Amino acid sequence: MFFASNSVPTPEIVWWALLPVIVLAVSGVLLLTISSLLKKEISWLAPGISLTAGIFVLLSSIPMWNRIQNDGPISFLNNSVGTDSSTIFLTSLIAIALISTSILARPYLSREGIPDLEFYVLLLLSAAGGVVMAGANDLIVLFLGIEILSIAVYVLVALHLRKIESQEASIKYFLLGAFSSAFLLYGIALVYGAVGTTNLVEIRNFLATSLLIEDGMLMIGFALMLVGLGFKVAVFPFHAWTPDAYQGAPTPVVIWMAAGVKVAGFAAILRVFPLTFASYVNDWQIPLAVLSGLSVVFGSVVAVVQTNVKRMLAYSSIAHAGFILIGVQSSNMDGTSAVLFYLGVYTFLASGSFAIATVVGGEGDSNHDLDAYKGLAKRKPALAALFTILLLGQAGIPFTGGFIAKLGVISSAVDTKYYFLAGVAMLSAAIAAYVYLRILMAMYSDNNEGKIEDIHVSKGVWVVTSLSSIVVIVTGFIPGPFVEITRDAVPILVGG
Amino acid sequence: MNLIVAASSSATFPVLPSLLIVPTAGALVVAFLPRARKDLTKLVALIFSTITCALSLWLLSDFEYENHSDMFQFVSRQSWISDFGISWSFGVDGISLFLIVLTGILFPIAFLAVDPEHNDRSYFAWMLLLEAGVMGVFCSLDLILFFLCFEVVLVPMYFLISRWGHGNRSYAATKFFLFTMAGSALMLVGIITVAFLHADNVGGSVTFDLVEIAESQSITQGAARWIFLTFALAFAVKIPIFPLHTWLPDAHTEAPTAGSVILAGVLLKLGTYGLIRFGLYLFPEASHFFAPVFLTLGVVGIIYGAVVAAMQKDLKRLVAYSSIAHLGFIVLGTFALNTEAIVGSVLQMVNHGISTGALFLLVGMIYERRHTRQIDELGGLQHSAPLMAGFFTVVMLSSIGLPGLNGFVGEFLILLGTFTAHRWWAVVATLGVVLAALYLLWAYQRVFHGPAEKENAEMTDLKTRETLVLLPLLALIVFLGVYPKPVINRMENSVKTLVVHIEKHVSGFEEPVNRHSLGEIKIDTQKSEEGH
Repeated sequence: MFFASNSVPTPEIVWWALLPVIVLAVSGVLLLTISSLLKKEISWLAPGISLTAGIFVLLSSIPMWNRIQNDGPISFLNNSVGTDSSTIFLTSLIAIALISTSILARPYLSREGIPDLEFYVLLLLSAAGGVVMAGANDLIVLFLGIEILSIAVYVLVALHLRKIESQEASIKYFLLGAFSSAFLLYGIALVYGAVGTTNLVEIRNFLATSLLIEDGMLMIGFALMLVGLGFKVAVFPFHAWTPDAYQGAPTPVVIWMAAGVKVAGFAAILRVFPLTFASYVNDWQIPLAVLSGLSVVFGSVVAVVQTNVKRMLAYSSIAHAGFILIGVQSSNMDGTSAVLFYLGVYTFLASGSFAIATVVGGEGDSNHDLDAYKGLAKRKPALAALFTILLLGQAGIPFTGGFIAKLGVISSAVDTKYYFLAGVAMLSAAIAAYVYLRILMAMYSDNNEGKIEDIHVSKGVWVVTSLSSIVVIVTGFIPGPFVEITRDAVPILVGG
Repeated sequence: MNLIVAASSSATFPVLPSLLIVPTAGALVVAFLPRARKDLTKLVALIFSTITCALSLWLLSDFEYENHSDMFQFVSRQSWISDFGISWSFGVDGISLFLIVLTGILFPIAFLAVDPEHNDRSYFAWMLLLEAGVMGVFCSLDLILFFLCFEVVLVPMYFLISRWGHGNRSYAATKFFLFTMAGSALMLVGIITVAFLHADNVGGSVTFDLVEIAESQSITQGAARWIFLTFALAFAVKIPIFPLHTWLPDAHTEAPTAGSVILAGVLLKLGTYGLIRFGLYLFPEASHFFAPVFLTLGVVGIIYGAVVAAMQKDLKRLVAYSSIAHLGFIVLGTFALNTEAIVGSVLQMVNHGISTGALFLLVGMIYERRHTRQIDELGGLQHSAPLMAGFFTVVMLSSIGLPGLNGFVGEFLILLGTFTAHRWWAVVATLGVVLAALYLLWAYQRVFHGPAEKENAEMTDLKTRETLVLLPLLALIVFLGVYPKPVINRMENSVKTLVVHIEKHVSGFEEPVNRHSLGEIKIDTQKSEEGH
């Protein structure tokens, strides 16, 4: 204020609202700097900082949430960044994904002999990108967030240096990802060409008040943006990278991809389609509904014929993305809150499930065949019980959070009179149930072929899997308060 | 102590929620019992299931069937997910009452009768969870709550079959799970649709309350018919109605004995009960419209089940196919849409639970001794096990529908009611009674009569415990056959209310009645008993 009269005008910055991004980015950079200055390696330093940053972001979201609930959403930095309840909700989900990835990565990295510093630095930067996406109020900021998030993940996927699959997965993911970014950017450019601004609020207001006589450019812009964003959340037909990337990537990275990246991707989709392009809902609703239906069917059906558990979970994540997209296409408050609920539950389901895959994968991270799970219930009954809860949750069995999540999105489809979509999705869920049953059957079979006698279950795995299971059960039995939270967390665009 | 205190304040004690809470609590207790105290597992499970049984009997004794205007009694409501309009709401009427009692009685019997071969704790925990789920289905008055319980019973049953079953158990368990889950997948869409359309048409927020939606009948005829089909599909798979029955023989045959008892005794009733409560009551017009389809499928099921049962070489599979025939009768009676037939159906649900439950127990006892269920390998068992042969005879005759035993009363009411409404269907269905006598008597003859081969001759007879387990079932079989009046009295009013509800909402439909009233039918029943 003091300098205001005689200096270059700088945009107003609300520092407290930027805290999560700053904490994550700064701890990433600091970690890199400190460790390069240290003469001797300190083994707990990188995971410690990563975990602390994650917990800090998670805890800081409580006062931020209260403040936003009381004072309403804000926007700053020339209206290019906004903070509303959804930003904080999704940020805390990203923090949860970051925490569980950090916990699970440590034993994994030491088992596989992968240097851990790079892993945590990249993870923190990726998380920072995700948080940027959750608060983007401008297409350029959104794109920046996606790139920060993605480029770090491309490297993370390749981090298992001695494993050829890891390199292959990274190349595939990177090439397709680069193309999708190009699509997204081109889409942004076309939208800009049609409306003359990249600010989400201004776009929304422009579209709401002006009638475009020639809207072809805008429509192509929508389509290209849908391709770019659809790639990030892996919906059909932009899913092709998912199974290979999930199978080849180090398993803790898969947790991050399935939980963190998906949350960030849907944060972007929610801000762009139902909020910004609200007045053109009739133009993008049907494509979104079609894509969601295809994803659910494709993910469920193809998952059934897999024999590799990581690939099964990869295809099932495509189906889950389809379910979430069903909530997005409804484009109303109930649907959006159902999306947020689903994302919340899925973060835990994915963390817990892949945590177990990390353990069973064993040394070399290659033991992911269904046969590897045979007899797990005999050797590790508690772990098998937790996995059972998580798988039943993924299948959407009643009295798990997975069911309430599905109930929400199916309701939103019914609400918008997409009965066919709702029916197709439920039938696919029944098909997908077979996938989870196959894993259960393997676990509880008497056959002891699985090479799991030497599996070591670290404390971190116990913590993540049992917490995830508890969340899945609690959200299934007492979903009320959580549904309330997701209702309060429905995104609102302000500013401009 | 708690029970005594609670009983004194029966008006406020939430007996229906307790029917869910007690077994669930029991499951948790059993699951976390110390591994060292293996001996306690069964005892604890028995205690919890006996408390549940006591609660259900108390429900029976406190149930008022005369001078009671409310449709549902013991109603309790507790908001659950208020944003979605879902509540824990429970209530019981004459239709669900006896199914609850049946569930309450069958579980302790199943616990007493059979010991699991391994992993006792998880076995009993799953069984208790199953009981909670079944109770939930019979008590719930909220559509979503009903669906939750209807679906959740799959999980314990899946594990019971796949972990404690015989032979091809994991195939059978998976088939059972996937068939029923796929069947009910669309029902969830139907439930949500009906609630949303109701909210649209009536105004106000979305509710899943059964009574409110059913009484207002606000949904257009066309939509209601479609939604009815989604419900009917789920129930048809669960019952199962021909041609959706293929999961049943596998599941029944491979399940452990207690699993078969519960599966046949209680789980199949979830479908038939659903048809009455969520088919006829919720969609009277659609039920009336589609009734010919279901009547036909019911009759087909009766004949098909009987013919296929006669061809079976495996005794347990034979009993399983006989279930398809019996459930065909229940479907037939339900869609005859008059009081006699529906009362008969409800009664037959209970009867089938008792007789088929007892049959599965007996087959299980034979299997335990002889390690085979092949009818060829058995023979002459009445020489070595006369007591067992005696029990088997009575149970079998009840299943055939011999007058004086329970099966007759139900089947007779169903056939009488159906005859009034749809004569030719009843005529064909009557053939099923004859066929039942054929396959069951023939099976009995091959298993118990004739000379006993070496192993069959050395078979031991029923032990005291087994006799004690079978005795209550036998008593019920005879009691319900000789004096069904108290049971029918309690069902009658609720069924009449339902039929009046159908009459009210289906234009041009009048209950098909013949000159007998229900009271005279009961006299008829007794007369024909005397006749034999």
